[in-house]
Amino acid sequence: MSKIVRVNLTKKEVKLEDVPKKYDGLGGRGFTSTVVAAEVNPLCNPLGKENKLVIAPGLLGGTNCPNSGRVSFGAKSPLTGGIKESNVGGTLGVRLAKLQIEGIIIEGKAKDGESYVLFVNKDGATLKPSNELKNDLVYNAVEKLRAKYGEKVAVACIGPAGEAKMAAANISVTDIDGVPTRQAGRGGLGAVMGSKGIKAIVVDGTDAPGVNIKDKDSFNKAAKIFADTLKKDSISGEGLPLYGTAILINILNEAGALPTKNFSSGRFEEANNIGGETMREIILKRKGNPTHPCSPGCIINCSNVYKLEDGTEITGGFEYESIWALGANCGIGDLDIIARLNRLCDDIGLDTIEMGDTIGVAMEAGIVSFGDGEGAINLLKEAEKGSPLGKIVGSGCTCLGKVYGIERVPQVKGQGMPAYDPRATKGTGVTYATSPMGADHTAGYVIAMEIAGCGGKVDPLDPKGKAELSKAFQVATAATDCTGLCLFVAFATLTDERANPAVVDMLNAMYGLELTGDDVTKLGKKVLRTERDFNKRAGFTKAHDRLPLFMTKEKLPPHNTVFDVSNEDLDSVHED
Amino acid sequence: MMKIELRFYATLVKYAEKNEIPQFSFVEIEEGATIASLLNKFNILEKHVHIAMVNGRSVESNQGLQDGDRVALFPPVGGG
Repeated sequence: MSKIVRVNLTKKEVKLEDVPKKYDGLGGRGFTSTVVAAEVNPLCNPLGKENKLVIAPGLLGGTNCPNSGRVSFGAKSPLTGGIKESNVGGTLGVRLAKLQIEGIIIEGKAKDGESYVLFVNKDGATLKPSNELKNDLVYNAVEKLRAKYGEKVAVACIGPAGEAKMAAANISVTDIDGVPTRQAGRGGLGAVMGSKGIKAIVVDGTDAPGVNIKDKDSFNKAAKIFADTLKKDSISGEGLPLYGTAILINILNEAGALPTKNFSSGRFEEANNIGGETMREIILKRKGNPTHPCSPGCIINCSNVYKLEDGTEITGGFEYESIWALGANCGIGDLDIIARLNRLCDDIGLDTIEMGDTIGVAMEAGIVSFGDGEGAINLLKEAEKGSPLGKIVGSGCTCLGKVYGIERVPQVKGQGMPAYDPRATKGTGVTYATSPMGADHTAGYVIAMEIAGCGGKVDPLDPKGKAELSKAFQVATAATDCTGLCLFVAFATLTDERANPAVVDMLNAMYGLELTGDDVTKLGKKVLRTERDFNKRAGFTKAHDRLPLFMTKEKLPPHNTVFDVSNEDLDSVHED
Repeated sequence: MMKIELRFYATLVKYAEKNEIPQFSFVEIEEGATIASLLNKFNILEKHVHIAMVNGRSVESNQGLQDGDRVALFPPVGGG
């Protein structure tokens, strides 16, 4: 029987609750966004006791469906002031699902200076004082927690940035090797966790009952077909395992859409030095691992283990977004420096995308120069120390831009933009503008068609039809985010007609339902409406669904285009 | 004859090696050449080229080429 773990930090109380009908059958982002919308006052301070941090595995989590291990974190975001869902791989989602926990709701607030670990196992959950972990870097804290609770536990942990309630703080989750290389990065949810007084969540899956599947034969049959579609797809079956997500650096650079030096150009001269091809060569030479699964049941293996020249295992899950953010966007063309920056972000507990945007704006402000790797490292160390400059850095690019009077700040709803310049990938620009999450590529990954030519080719520079396309992607993604499936299954679902029906068949077999593809689309729409409604109640209007004005005026080389999707088109995304 | 910049990426780098040219190089091709004829000249199987870009725009294989064009060839790539 599924249950909800409700933890109140004001009362130091932990309860196991039955899942009420209104929250049943949602999963992942559906669960977190529905709970946040129902239980959190949209006008609350995101760091106050009225906010809640909600955690939920997906509907297919804990099963043998491949790539179904994502777990969603949700709350009102201290970065955007709107609703936030950030999902992550690693082992946490699978462990929670196998313990039959549909969601964890963390509410209230501990007294200042108190620090707790939430320990979850087959018998329930308990709060344990954890003063010994205070201000520990994430890798250190995780090592201590695994020594204390066992090597097989899944850990979600914040760093000093989360404890200091910085608006760009993330939540790190351990991968299959117990290393905290996976991050629920976006929107400052680490600060919400820190505000509650929770340093870490430790989940011990020993003797977990496992998930219930009503019709195992049908489920297994559909899971096998789904696995076959992922393996046969040339992107999820070949490109991603070989080169990781950093394979995208060169193609975005060629397409003139790789944001460079704080979004001032779409091409970076040193792109190939930081691309997936070069990264693979370096990893193989230094005996790291270029092909690594972050989560149990992952058959795509886009993650990796990256070593420095002296053999130090500096970072893992070294991804396109992080490499772009801390590399091209800062004018840094040295993978080893970017790896060190990535590790610092993961250790301090800061979102790599937001930090790349922030350091880019700091470089534009002249605090350090473009290309100055050591200068960038020092900025992050200021954040670790919690100095006044460090706190500004840890608060994200919008904050730093305001403090230093910079106009070119790449953000929507206060959240820094990911690795696709919207002036050269206009469908993705529509997603940035209109997603309830703020500038977020994963919310509607039109890049699949605009750049990868997956499921059809569209011209990324043409504004026509992009609102419609972004909307379709946003709806499909919202539904996918309920299932626990990794976004990268999309390459198969866009091209192999067997993939989507297999997902629907698995949901039906597991829960004894008779859903159709249309029902899944409806679920996606419902989640988006719920999120949009929360934002409206929090004070968001159409004016918030816009890119920064400079992107409609300032031409981006090499194509010299501006973002010219009309406001009417942008508003059409949420018309029904 | 005209000169274009030819750029191979990911698994297609093997074609640069087979032709004994660098991953990125300037090559001479006939006037009136297209992407298809370029691939043919360098013995590149068209089915291996998922995306061909000319000056940063994705094109079809019948696209004509001009002197000074930058041509980039990709297998299926994606991520995010």
